[in-house]
Amino acid sequence: MNKENYTISVYTENNIGLLNRISAIFLRRHINLDSMTASASEIKDVFRFTIVVKVTEEQVKKIIGQIEKQIEVIKAFYHKDEETIYQETALFKVASKLLFEERQIQNVIKNSNANIVTVTPEYFVLEKTGRRREVEALYHKLEPYGLMQFVRSGRISVTKDKMHISKILENFAPEAV
Amino acid sequence: METQTQTVKKKTKVVTERMTGAEAVIKCLLAEGVDLIYGYPGGAIMPVYDELYKYQDKLHHVLTRHEQGATHAAQGYARASGRVGVAIATSGPGATNFVTGIADAQIDSTPMVCITGQVGSHLLGSDAFQETDIIGISTPITKWNHQITKAEDIPTVLAKAFFVARSGRPGPVLIDITKDAQFGELDFTYEKCKGVRSYIPVPETDPESLTNAAQLINKAKKPLVVFGQGVILGEAEEELKNFIEKSGIPSAWTILGLSALPTSHPLNVGMVGMHGNYGPNKLTNECDLLIAIGMRFDDRVTGNLETYAKQADVIHFEIDPAEVNKNVKADVAVMGNVKNTLSQILSLVKPNTHESWLKEFKDYDTIEYDKVIKEELYPSKDGLSMGEVLRRINEETKGDAVIVSDVGQHQMIACRYANFTRTKSNVTSGGLGTMGFALPAAIGAKMGAPDREVIAIIGDGGYQMTIQELGTIFQTRVPVKIVVLNNDFLGMVRQWQQLFFDKRYASTEMTNPDFIKIAEGYHIESKRVTERENLGDAIKEMIASDQPYFLEVCVEKENNVFPMIPTGASVSDIRLE
Repeated sequence: MNKENYTISVYTENNIGLLNRISAIFLRRHINLDSMTASASEIKDVFRFTIVVKVTEEQVKKIIGQIEKQIEVIKAFYHKDEETIYQETALFKVASKLLFEERQIQNVIKNSNANIVTVTPEYFVLEKTGRRREVEALYHKLEPYGLMQFVRSGRISVTKDKMHISKILENFAPEAV
Repeated sequence: METQTQTVKKKTKVVTERMTGAEAVIKCLLAEGVDLIYGYPGGAIMPVYDELYKYQDKLHHVLTRHEQGATHAAQGYARASGRVGVAIATSGPGATNFVTGIADAQIDSTPMVCITGQVGSHLLGSDAFQETDIIGISTPITKWNHQITKAEDIPTVLAKAFFVARSGRPGPVLIDITKDAQFGELDFTYEKCKGVRSYIPVPETDPESLTNAAQLINKAKKPLVVFGQGVILGEAEEELKNFIEKSGIPSAWTILGLSALPTSHPLNVGMVGMHGNYGPNKLTNECDLLIAIGMRFDDRVTGNLETYAKQADVIHFEIDPAEVNKNVKADVAVMGNVKNTLSQILSLVKPNTHESWLKEFKDYDTIEYDKVIKEELYPSKDGLSMGEVLRRINEETKGDAVIVSDVGQHQMIACRYANFTRTKSNVTSGGLGTMGFALPAAIGAKMGAPDREVIAIIGDGGYQMTIQELGTIFQTRVPVKIVVLNNDFLGMVRQWQQLFFDKRYASTEMTNPDFIKIAEGYHIESKRVTERENLGDAIKEMIASDQPYFLEVCVEKENNVFPMIPTGASVSDIRLE
């Protein structure tokens, strides 16, 4: 079976040890994470992990089973790239003097659909949100001029189809919460 | 009487009582019906021990000689009684010594609550004396774990701990309590946990899966049941019996399923797996329907998965969704507690007897008996065999004892040859294969089933891994019977060295101490048997004793356990020699 990118979405309670518990599932199977993002979700007090991993579908199914087995995990889903809308965000910190010394850099910025987050006499910060290849394209264009700092976030994604997490929560008897 | 009326009156108002976190821990344990815990004191758990002192008439604490012993004793207690085992220790080394027992309980689905003390919350992360990140360490080997830093959290967290440990597929839970949370005060009230919203202990059964399973069962010509510990944990022994008797299906067991069905049951066809019986292993690859009940297709059961029961349809009765299709693809998965699913399917299956199919098992039994079993149970050579020790034990106990085995050759012999008439009678470390398990586990098993004879069968290697627990036996006088089958070797490893490493016996030969003198040091009655003519009487004497008893049997040094499926081979390539 072929390995593919899978986006795993995990809805959980807010629990201090859960990040460890979930990452241990991958560690134990010697699977490297492409990215992992923890955030709030659309439901109050429910958190969401977004994990990207390159594995076979059989592997991802088993991983989902192991994740859902954790007591404080409410539900986990996996999706292929084409089933999700996904983005990453990158920040580029660039020396301000380059704007004057290297005029082409202005064109790069204009054509990149990146936002200027802040400008100081010493540096400016660009923010670029998009798919990996768009962020990487900008990186390759800016890199020859010298980057003071670069950082890219993990993937965040929403699915095209519904995920029935809210339905599941409705089923919880209030006294069982 | 007056107090009772008061409670009824006040039912609408929550009655609380001011106390320390340490006392609350004891109150929680009592509220969960715990009357016996195993542990070892130390700095960070001292407030709880101080309360244990005050409550010693209600909550009995057994001082083991090592924290690992406390976990295995709690496991033995849980396995023999069906209740949650509780172990308690201090922070740092106390907590890390728990690790092996917790890992063992996790892989063998044993309900256990482990409580560890922790340094004060203001010291967390400061590398304080005896501080260790036991939450981080125990995460991959617990069903759930949690650190308490505030006294007021103790009742809800402990209530959840017991609920999680015993519900669904059981497992170990570790609760780490900082010292300031033990000293701190709270308004105590206890409510048992009835559910956790993110956790579904028992998945719903799809009625269609039952009808699909019944269809496969009804049309099968050569069906085979393989059952595991799910039957015992789900207390479904009667349901299993009814199901197989009505459908007439030959039934084999995994090492942890052992004793769920009496040895003498006509449909009991023996053990599957690496050192299992000839028939069920061979015929796994000839059956047309494999019905797995509360088992998880461990690699020691399946051998090479590429050639495992490929010709058969597979029905998997299972409580844990993560086990379905994990190792073996199920054509029909029946989710739920096997007690419910087996009783529901009973009316859907047609009465049947698979006589000629059952006879195939009997034919293999005859081959196995002639080639392996006869010599093991009635050796023609001078040296004592492990099998004849088990045969003698069977003769004395009539299969009524709890047999606690360690790990290695003697374990395989014990599981292959011990007779059982009752469930919850086989306590062994199956998944983790923990040498040193049996001696402390036997202590727990005897305390969990005090009316039963409990016999630990241990090798000379494993015995020395937790031999210090003789001190616990001496102090408590718990009347366990200890049988060490001494071959002066780490026998199973030696067997592999003989068969697969050209007899290069690297570090498997043991120069052993005088075990009798050690037992005498602990004032435990003891005997050594080196000759066959003394074996029967020695076992009689051991069983007759109402005290702890140690029996060393010096067995043939280089005997091997057969049948055997070599690693990576197919179950049907099982070897008889």
